[in-house]
Amino acid sequence: MSTLDIRNLHLSFKLHSGLVHVLHGISLSVAKGERVALVGESGSGKSVTARIVLGLLQELRGARITGHVAFQGQDLSALSPRARHALRGTAMSMIFQDPTSSLNPVYRIAPQFREVLARATPGISMEAARARATTLLDEVAITEPARVLDSYPFQLSGGMNQRVMIAMALANRPALLLADEPGTALDVTVQAQTLDLMRDLVAQHGTSVLFISHNLGVVREFADRTCVIYKGRIVESGPTEAVFEAPGHPYTRALMAAQPRITGGGLPEIAEADSRFLASAVIHGGLA
Amino acid sequence: MIRSLRILSANPLSLVGLALVGLVILAAAFADFLAPFPEHRGAVVDFVNFNKPPDGTYFMGTDLVGRDMFSRILYAYRISLLLGVVVLAVAVPVGVTLGLMAGYLGGWWEYALMRITDVFLSIPPLVLAIAIMGVLQPTLLNGMLAVTAMWWPWYTRLVYNITRGEKVEGYVLAAEVIGASRAHVMFREILPNAVPAIVTKMTLDFGFVILIVSSLSFLGLGVQPPTPDLGSMVAEGARYLPDSWWLAVFPGLAILIAVFGFNLIGDGLRDILGPDR
Amino acid sequence: MLTVLRHAARRIGTSLLVLFGVSILIFVIARVIPGDPARVALGPNATAEQVGNLRAALHLDRSVVTQYGYFLSDLSRGDLGISLYTNRPVTTDIAEFLPATLELILVAGVLMVGLGMPLGILAARYLGRWPDHVIRVISLLGVSAPSFVWAVILMLIFAYWLQWLPIAGRLSEATLIPRITGFVTIDSLIAGNWAGFRDAWWHLALPAFALALSGIGQATRLIRANMIETYETPYIEMARAYGFPEGRIASHYAFKPSLIPSLTIIGLDLAALLGNAFLVEAVFGWPGLSRYGVQVILRKDLNAIVGTVLIISAVFILVNIIVDILTVLLNPRIRYAAGAGN
Repeated sequence: MSTLDIRNLHLSFKLHSGLVHVLHGISLSVAKGERVALVGESGSGKSVTARIVLGLLQELRGARITGHVAFQGQDLSALSPRARHALRGTAMSMIFQDPTSSLNPVYRIAPQFREVLARATPGISMEAARARATTLLDEVAITEPARVLDSYPFQLSGGMNQRVMIAMALANRPALLLADEPGTALDVTVQAQTLDLMRDLVAQHGTSVLFISHNLGVVREFADRTCVIYKGRIVESGPTEAVFEAPGHPYTRALMAAQPRITGGGLPEIAEADSRFLASAVIHGGLA
Repeated sequence: MIRSLRILSANPLSLVGLALVGLVILAAAFADFLAPFPEHRGAVVDFVNFNKPPDGTYFMGTDLVGRDMFSRILYAYRISLLLGVVVLAVAVPVGVTLGLMAGYLGGWWEYALMRITDVFLSIPPLVLAIAIMGVLQPTLLNGMLAVTAMWWPWYTRLVYNITRGEKVEGYVLAAEVIGASRAHVMFREILPNAVPAIVTKMTLDFGFVILIVSSLSFLGLGVQPPTPDLGSMVAEGARYLPDSWWLAVFPGLAILIAVFGFNLIGDGLRDILGPDR
Repeated sequence: MLTVLRHAARRIGTSLLVLFGVSILIFVIARVIPGDPARVALGPNATAEQVGNLRAALHLDRSVVTQYGYFLSDLSRGDLGISLYTNRPVTTDIAEFLPATLELILVAGVLMVGLGMPLGILAARYLGRWPDHVIRVISLLGVSAPSFVWAVILMLIFAYWLQWLPIAGRLSEATLIPRITGFVTIDSLIAGNWAGFRDAWWHLALPAFALALSGIGQATRLIRANMIETYETPYIEMARAYGFPEGRIASHYAFKPSLIPSLTIIGLDLAALLGNAFLVEAVFGWPGLSRYGVQVILRKDLNAIVGTVLIISAVFILVNIIVDILTVLLNPRIRYAAGAGN
């Protein structure tokens, strides 16, 4: 039983100007303990996918969603809103792009942490929360947990906030972690450290990860399997090595070629929209 | 302009606002034709029909000297709109210019202008107008003067804040480099960027001016009889509550309708143009 | 904490300067008018000699600057001159009438904040649904009519037709409450006069509510607008992603960041109550400073006008200072001005 199973997911928005289709029937799955990357440009639909899994998008008026999303074998659309809500922050959690702006600026870290812990342990006291948070902050290599807990987000560095966010995300030992472009807002070196940390922790706890990114270098380091998404369609998927070594789809190839290389050679051209990109998907072996 | 009206009308509440304001403007403009008793706007007495509740002839009743309330309200709208236009026509240019100067010229100008603005803004709005009217003869002209005097600082502060932000923007520096005069930079470069905030505020203010003027008249410090003014009509009528309720209620509702309409439009504009910092 | 104190001290300093400027402004306006204040005060039947004497007593025959000099020196001794209306020192008049107005304004202020903020939170939480629409219309109506219109309407409904509340005045004829602070609600408690206490509140209800309506509307609209913006932020998205209870998000996590930018304007609205008090006191016959102010203005009682406006401005400035300090206290970014950079 895979942790996450998405089949034929469609998403459209009804706006004043008409119906806008965002996802055209995407399918992907994440097995237990697996790290799957969803790679694409901005506007490809990768971010909305994560939000659909969490159930955040369904509340938006004008959002039309069809398809099958199953979490740990359970069909999410069959659940009551309350049951669905119960999963958030407990069995599923999310890390966001910019850690500092994702934390409430007028509350210290401690009360925010307590609220997160309260999801799994309702009514948890401040002392108990602080104790648990201290252990968790220790896990993410924060040396002065007490100081951090008493600080406001703007008093901490971006890297520090990122660790806090990771600690929060893993606090209730979720089965699935959704990571939306983690570390994009950070310096490259900090980003690298953060990802190392994340990789160790999810391996330690056996957490499944759906990792959303546009940064191929990071994906290559982190993900077991990679799905490439273009304009709301999965165009290629398979084990990361396979996808990177032998990209089958024209879009994937263009994406790989578009990465500026440190070794020079200039920036290659990538067409805005190429009819070849609409070619049918390439599935590498090793996919259920 | 047409496009903005179209965007505005997409919002149902703004449409209601436009309709209300449209009605008010029509009433004021065509009062001569719409009023059943146009001469009642002046000093007319009709003691046969005085103090009558609303009926077929007198839609909103008659006042204590027998004048038709409905007709008087129509003409009173004329005065209110006129006052609004005049006050804003004077206060806004003055306030905006001073704000541009204070924000752009800086230094002594900024300090002096903003301190003076602060002083004016330190007196609650109505109180300042009342105080000024208190020492001047209560006439229509003086009323306009008093309200204008209390209005310009709001625009000065608004434009000052905007100018301070815009001063360091690229287009300003570019203009300075090519030798544009200070007046040019202020009025041709910075001012256009302040216009949306100014226009939104003006729309919201129109209703507010009507409020303030009617408040002054209510206290006896604004428009004087026999000129019809909604505020003074309420003041007169308030003394004869509850029996002759129409004397106070209809003018009061008239104020409410006009101001409500302007506020709806102003709100709609603000939703479109964004908040004014 | 030190930052807060320093900030407060600086604000008080500038405010005193401003108050100084206000005094000059009002003084000049009051003095530089056409006509002869002395003659106006004494009436048309006064002899030239009487007018002359009064002019000399009021220093009206000297230059404006000299007059202001006299004004300042008197002020430093706490003397605001004699009111030609009541024939008492202006300071006595102010001491008598100010508490009534303050009582009215304080209650209206509490109503403004106590009703306005929750309504704004509700409207933002149920954005686009019927509670939002209803609240929007009500709050807009609230700000769309001058306080005297609401006063009249409320009076008609609640005092005349339903007869739930009294029509006018601060206390019933029969109620006697010893004057200790001047606040009848407090004084009646001190005197143990329960009937008087109830009577005082019974009379406060309508005027305070009429006064507060405009402010409630403003506060609701302001909080609603700021909360809507806050709901769009990444940190609220994260709160929702973690499944924080929606109610807590509304009352805490979205509210506090929305409150901080709203405070300045709420402060201005609270202070605007001072202006609107003029209208409400007139309708309800409330014996407060504003009603006194209108009387002295109609009579061109220069000393009283200057004194009244000065006091009202001082209260206005004080409210702004308090709001300013609250902002600094609530906003961690200002409190901890030097934070670790990113």
